[in-house]
Amino acid sequence: MSAVLQPAQPQRPSSDVAMISIRDLRVSYGEREILHGISFDVLKGETMVILGGSGSGKSTLLRTLVGLETPTSGEIWIRGKNTAAMTAAEREETRKKMGMSFQGGALFGSMTVGQNVALPLKEHTNLADSTVDIMLRLKLEQVGLAGYEDYKPSQLSGGMKKRAAVARALSMDPEILFFDEPSAGLDPIIAAGIDQLILELKKAFHMTIIVVTHELASAFLIADRMVLIDKGHVVALGTMQEMRESVHPRVRQFLDRVAEPEVEQELDYLQMLTKERTRARR
Amino acid sequence: MTGVLAQIGETVIDTLAYLGGLARLGARAASYVFVAPFRGKPLRLGRSIAQAMEVGVRALPILSLITFFIGLILALQAAYELKKFGALNYVASAVVISMSRELGPLITAIVVIGRSGSAFAAELGTMKVSEEIDALETMAINPVQFLVTPKFLAMIIMLPCLTIWANFMGVLGGSLFGVAQADFTFGGYIHASLDALFLRDITTGLVKSVMFGATITAVGCYEGLNTGGGAEQVGRSTTAAVVTSIFMVIAVDLVFTALFFFLGGK
Repeated sequence: MSAVLQPAQPQRPSSDVAMISIRDLRVSYGEREILHGISFDVLKGETMVILGGSGSGKSTLLRTLVGLETPTSGEIWIRGKNTAAMTAAEREETRKKMGMSFQGGALFGSMTVGQNVALPLKEHTNLADSTVDIMLRLKLEQVGLAGYEDYKPSQLSGGMKKRAAVARALSMDPEILFFDEPSAGLDPIIAAGIDQLILELKKAFHMTIIVVTHELASAFLIADRMVLIDKGHVVALGTMQEMRESVHPRVRQFLDRVAEPEVEQELDYLQMLTKERTRARR
Repeated sequence: MTGVLAQIGETVIDTLAYLGGLARLGARAASYVFVAPFRGKPLRLGRSIAQAMEVGVRALPILSLITFFIGLILALQAAYELKKFGALNYVASAVVISMSRELGPLITAIVVIGRSGSAFAAELGTMKVSEEIDALETMAINPVQFLVTPKFLAMIIMLPCLTIWANFMGVLGGSLFGVAQADFTFGGYIHASLDALFLRDITTGLVKSVMFGATITAVGCYEGLNTGGGAEQVGRSTTAAVVTSIFMVIAVDLVFTALFFFLGGK
């Protein structure tokens, strides 16, 4: 029997240790619904990995959590507050408590690494330049990029860009840190270095960390709990052990890296295409 | 028939939505320039000055050359008709009035669209594609305030300045013909030009140039901020920014020329 928990659907955050509570979240792009009623909690201080294949909706979920997409319905509670009921000032304050590391780094190409990392501090605090300078050196040191403050992002390797992006995400000492595909496009050694960095950050700052990925090795290394998203639904939620022991067919297929059964045989593939076309015509 | 009507309706709705988007973006940028500083949100003067250098100072060489030639062309075209009436001495006034009321602001706007309107769309489009705009939002930094406002401020200040310079270069271009072919001395040509000008001629041109600056910024930034995914879309946004800006600038020109005509007589 599977130990993987299917998420409950309570009306309000079930636990006061929940840093983020997602309740029946639905998100659409135009008329196409991407997330069909997602619910789960992310507990304070834990690393939650959101797993899912391409097009599963995991990146949309992350973008919605950081406020880049607006839900069509449902609720997101962050630090005990419903985001939909927040005033603009409250929303801004909440965002300052969150850091986000984007898939490609999203560093500002016209600025140096130092200016990138210092930007949130300069925008949101009245700290003296000398203090900002000390803080940015500290952040760069934390991610292993000490001495790179005068480099332009274009002069950095892929792994260094991600580290610099993490330093920028850390600049306001966030309580919640989001990572979008931290290992994407990196070789296994550099990717392992990023995983190590996430573990170190968790150990040092006890942050709540949410990582979206489809890299299983990375997920099993860094996660306290995982949630598997498939076609906009939560398929499974649980600890690494629970996920490993799950007999849910979709979990097994994902963890065992089994191809979609329909496309294993050429004939099946052609039949699938025909079905899709017939559906599209209707 | 229904299909055609639906198509027309859809185009009208899309156009109105586009114009609404431009107006909203322009109004937000204007409020960050004129209102927000009084509510404790200071202007980003450093970024605005950097933009002003790019938009204004670096445009001077090409703008000077183009408007000098335009002034000379205007003098030649005017002389073609004027000499039939033995009125070549009116070349100076024809050139200076055409330049200051119409061609100075318009040519300046077109040069700025080519240099800066396209650059705004390309810059913001690339930032959109590489998630830099999203990164700003997640850092609680308003992209309009951070990126569009300095451009807006730079444009509404630099376009009138460039227009004045363009008018001057046009007059210089005209003077080349005046001195060589119309028995003017250089001093006499400049004097004749100044005599022909009314303050109204200059102010109408300058008012237009401020509106052109706002329009070019709104279109360039709107196209950039609405870029879809991929490098190809950045190219599409840049082209759209140039084409739409030229059209919008001419439309704004028509509105203001008509407004000045009906409100002020000449």
